[in-house]
Amino acid sequence: MLLKLDHISYKVKKKKILHNISFSLKKHDFLTLTGPSGCGKSTILKLVASLISPTTGTIFYQDRDIAEIDPIQYRRKVSYCFQQPLLFGKTVNDNLSFPFEIRKQNMDMTRIDQLLRLVDLDHSYLDKKKEELSGGEKQRVALIRNLLFMPKILLLDEVTTGLDDQSKEIVHHLINDCHEKGTTILQVTHDQEELHSASKLMKMTKEGTLA
Amino acid sequence: MKSLAVSNWSLLLAFALVLVSIAISAKEKLGLTKDILISVVRAIIQLIIVGYILKFILHANNLILTIVSTTVIIFNASWNANQRDPNSKRKIWNSVIAILVGTYITLGILVLSGTIKPTPMQVIPITGMIAGNEMVAVGLCYKALNDSFHDLQQQILERLALGSDIKTACFPILRRSIKTAMQPTIDSAKTVGLVNLPGMMSGLIFAGVNPIYAIKYQIMITFMLLSATSLGAVIAGYLAYRNYFNERKQLELG
Repeated sequence: MLLKLDHISYKVKKKKILHNISFSLKKHDFLTLTGPSGCGKSTILKLVASLISPTTGTIFYQDRDIAEIDPIQYRRKVSYCFQQPLLFGKTVNDNLSFPFEIRKQNMDMTRIDQLLRLVDLDHSYLDKKKEELSGGEKQRVALIRNLLFMPKILLLDEVTTGLDDQSKEIVHHLINDCHEKGTTILQVTHDQEELHSASKLMKMTKEGTLA
Repeated sequence: MKSLAVSNWSLLLAFALVLVSIAISAKEKLGLTKDILISVVRAIIQLIIVGYILKFILHANNLILTIVSTTVIIFNASWNANQRDPNSKRKIWNSVIAILVGTYITLGILVLSGTIKPTPMQVIPITGMIAGNEMVAVGLCYKALNDSFHDLQQQILERLALGSDIKTACFPILRRSIKTAMQPTIDSAKTVGLVNLPGMMSGLIFAGVNPIYAIKYQIMITFMLLSATSLGAVIAGYLAYRNYFNERKQLELG
């Protein structure tokens, strides 16, 4: 098993957000999670990304409790994409150089160009200021920022919300390409098209449990 | 020098200035009357005690007593700076290290360069000035750090989610906080002599010292404060940002 959530509960100041969540993901799975607003879908992704820890229960990655794995190395393998990503620095280049900087590696321009092409952008975008990008372009840059070093698991938090049809199609194409190359996907969505095409769908209740 | 002596009657009359602030507080219903009276009583008692202690220490001219005095000043400054940190997981030793290192390095350079003599008469007032300014800078750094962690929370989370260590994730916040902490000292250095005539320079001129000598001292103090506040803010910032993370390198805002 690549990932297993075992009886996970999460509370914030006595308020129950998630209650007794258990599910697992095999390598190459594509699991779609849906449910009403505020039911804790994003919290599940943040827990899996180890950005927060469960109040009770255990998350296993390759049969190891993630609490025992170095969080930095773990987050490089299990990559979380935000619903409304923030680009940092001034330019697109500042964002795409970051994953290389934190690994103390030189920028791989071939890899960057390949991913830019995949999302219908080109090399000239590297010098563009982040303020000059449309919402769809920002989301595409943020996504390829997560994919420069292919993660084992990609966590997608409503990444197509608010995008126009063209940008949505490009993002779907990128996600499918990533899945075909072996990355396991766990996505949260409300999008009807994504829900219809989901191969494996899991629904949550308003009370923060699995339906 | 006798013209500098303030008589008890003059002090009593100067108390009228306190009555002005009490009157404002009462008229505007600020509810500060009690606070003003407590602060005035505390200031009088503290200064009288410190006056007698200083008289004794300066007269004794003893190295150990001088070191103890500077340590007490540094600890008090650290305690006050720590109180200004809004983070519930603040650690007093962060402030102690920042202010102690900043003060002793600056003091060491001044003594070794022969700018000041290692006598209690010179070391103690200079330590007070350095630690006092560092206290303000460190307090500002903590406040700016807390504000930035709340304002830029998602930016930090995005960096952490990409697999960044906490120090790299916090670089923009650290830069912003250290800059905020140093800004008042830099602004004050820019306007010194034009807007404000600092206490030490004014005091020396009051005491009849040649203004050129007084200005030389003030230049030395300006350099000294720039060094001390930079050191204090950098050390405090780099120690305190860790208090916002748990052992799993997760951001925890109280």
